[in-house]
Amino acid sequence: MTESVMIKDAVCSFCGCLCDDINVEVAEGKIQRVRHACRLGSSKIMGHSRMQTPMIRKDGVLQPASFDEAYRRAAEILLAAKKPLLYGWASTSCEAQKKGVLLAEEVGGVIDTTATVCHGPSVIGIEEKGLPGATLGQVKNRADTIVFWGCNPVEAHPRHSLRYSSNSCGRFTEQGRAGRKIVVVDVRETRTAKNADKFVRIDPGCDYEVISALRMLVAGKGDVIVDTVGGALKADLAALAEMLKAARFGAVFFGLGITHSKGRYKNIDNALSLVADLNQHTKFVIMPMRGHYNVGGAGQVLAWSSGYPMSVDYARGAPYFNPGETAACDLLGRADTDAALIVAADPVSNFPRETAAALSKIPVIQIDPYENPTTLLSDVVIPCAIAGVEVEGTAYRMDGLALRLRKMVDSSLPGDEQIIAEIIKNIRELRQKAEGGA
Amino acid sequence: MLATMISGRTLAQGARCESKMAPEFFKAAALCHLSENDIKELNINEGENVLLKSEFGQVVLAAKADSGLPQGMVFIPMGPWANMLVGKDTGGCGTPQFKGVAVDVAATDSPVRSIRDLFSDLGA
Repeated sequence: MTESVMIKDAVCSFCGCLCDDINVEVAEGKIQRVRHACRLGSSKIMGHSRMQTPMIRKDGVLQPASFDEAYRRAAEILLAAKKPLLYGWASTSCEAQKKGVLLAEEVGGVIDTTATVCHGPSVIGIEEKGLPGATLGQVKNRADTIVFWGCNPVEAHPRHSLRYSSNSCGRFTEQGRAGRKIVVVDVRETRTAKNADKFVRIDPGCDYEVISALRMLVAGKGDVIVDTVGGALKADLAALAEMLKAARFGAVFFGLGITHSKGRYKNIDNALSLVADLNQHTKFVIMPMRGHYNVGGAGQVLAWSSGYPMSVDYARGAPYFNPGETAACDLLGRADTDAALIVAADPVSNFPRETAAALSKIPVIQIDPYENPTTLLSDVVIPCAIAGVEVEGTAYRMDGLALRLRKMVDSSLPGDEQIIAEIIKNIRELRQKAEGGA
Repeated sequence: MLATMISGRTLAQGARCESKMAPEFFKAAALCHLSENDIKELNINEGENVLLKSEFGQVVLAAKADSGLPQGMVFIPMGPWANMLVGKDTGGCGTPQFKGVAVDVAATDSPVRSIRDLFSDLGA
């Protein structure tokens, strides 16, 4: 048996925390053990059952094909489409995302990321108001008051509290959890709420009202507030407002509880205003709890290449952005796309039923390491190597810090970047052939 | 029983979200969390099935007691079962309203559909 190798301080490619202290033991080309990662991260790095062979649907059934055949069929589908949708991109590297933007431009398609069913409303809210942000390092080293609003990091970002927030110890926060006040605002008492110093339960869909009440209380205008706002007692909100104002350095982390509920981007807009108001009294920052590990990077790559952070439509020849019109769920909802390329995402599971059903009516190309419900509706399936485990690359943490993903083991499968490059090559060849024949 | 449905990540769902076709994902995501009082009101035991209907669709799930939920609120781990109940409208911002969906909940003897069966009518 060959000796095992310990890969130290690798980056975990599951959630937006991008924990960069993961130790991975590799022997005989396989990952044997993962240290320091949470249950989500170790599950990802240890791996699951994989797709190994490309497939093309023939006579209604997915049948094995070669990679070259799959690239060629994918290129034919994208070339034949008037307005293809190129969706996903959150669980892959920036290098693959960059190639995806090139492909979208090349075929005059719409490129959208999983942000649009996640923190898309946050992105829109931030565009309206601006983000009083910070790095997670600043929060770790300085924050003495932390608010988790509509998020449950104990289950969605399990090491967030230990590495960056509630329980982390830093330069001016040596006492860790004991020196901090932790507040949770949510519609249910989550495991995160059970560990908080203060839990404010609000009614579903009432985030906007509660934030507005808090803004009035912070501004000293509590006399206009009624006794109960969105299920929360005024006295409770008044105590919370005082707690926030008394912070030396406060941080608000917010999740899908606020972006997926009534009000959506307006909730974020108001939360950003609350933080701006708090900055009249003390130092306060705010940050979305990004889910997929590189959904932040997808926004960065799209922004620096097209000028827009998601839902970018290249059908006009120049980038155009109008969420509500150009987002994946909008296009599918009104049958305004005639082919889809799905990269590192599972929209058939994660879109509303009727939106997912629209994918069954158009040709779908899937690039993914794993079989999932999107595979069931796909016409071309291309298995790939896993970025951050089998392919290196760049990813952006939830605070916008870029980190380098390591390659831990070899794979016989191509990475997303290589697959997209091959599809682009095939598209150019088919175009040349068509022009030559004309 | 009328209720408000929310959905979201759980540790078990997250750990299995890259092996969705495996039985472990079914066990982690085909669940409807209810408050203990709502389980009593429906006159069911934990593990028995409930039928949820919204304006947009319906789904059968296994009931799971959750002490963190207030009465009248149900939680479903994010994924294809939860999304059977969600509408396609994005409110002009690209994002459907995945949380805060009005549902009717009732006890049922119907089985929970497997992940393949859930999409069989779409030609899968």
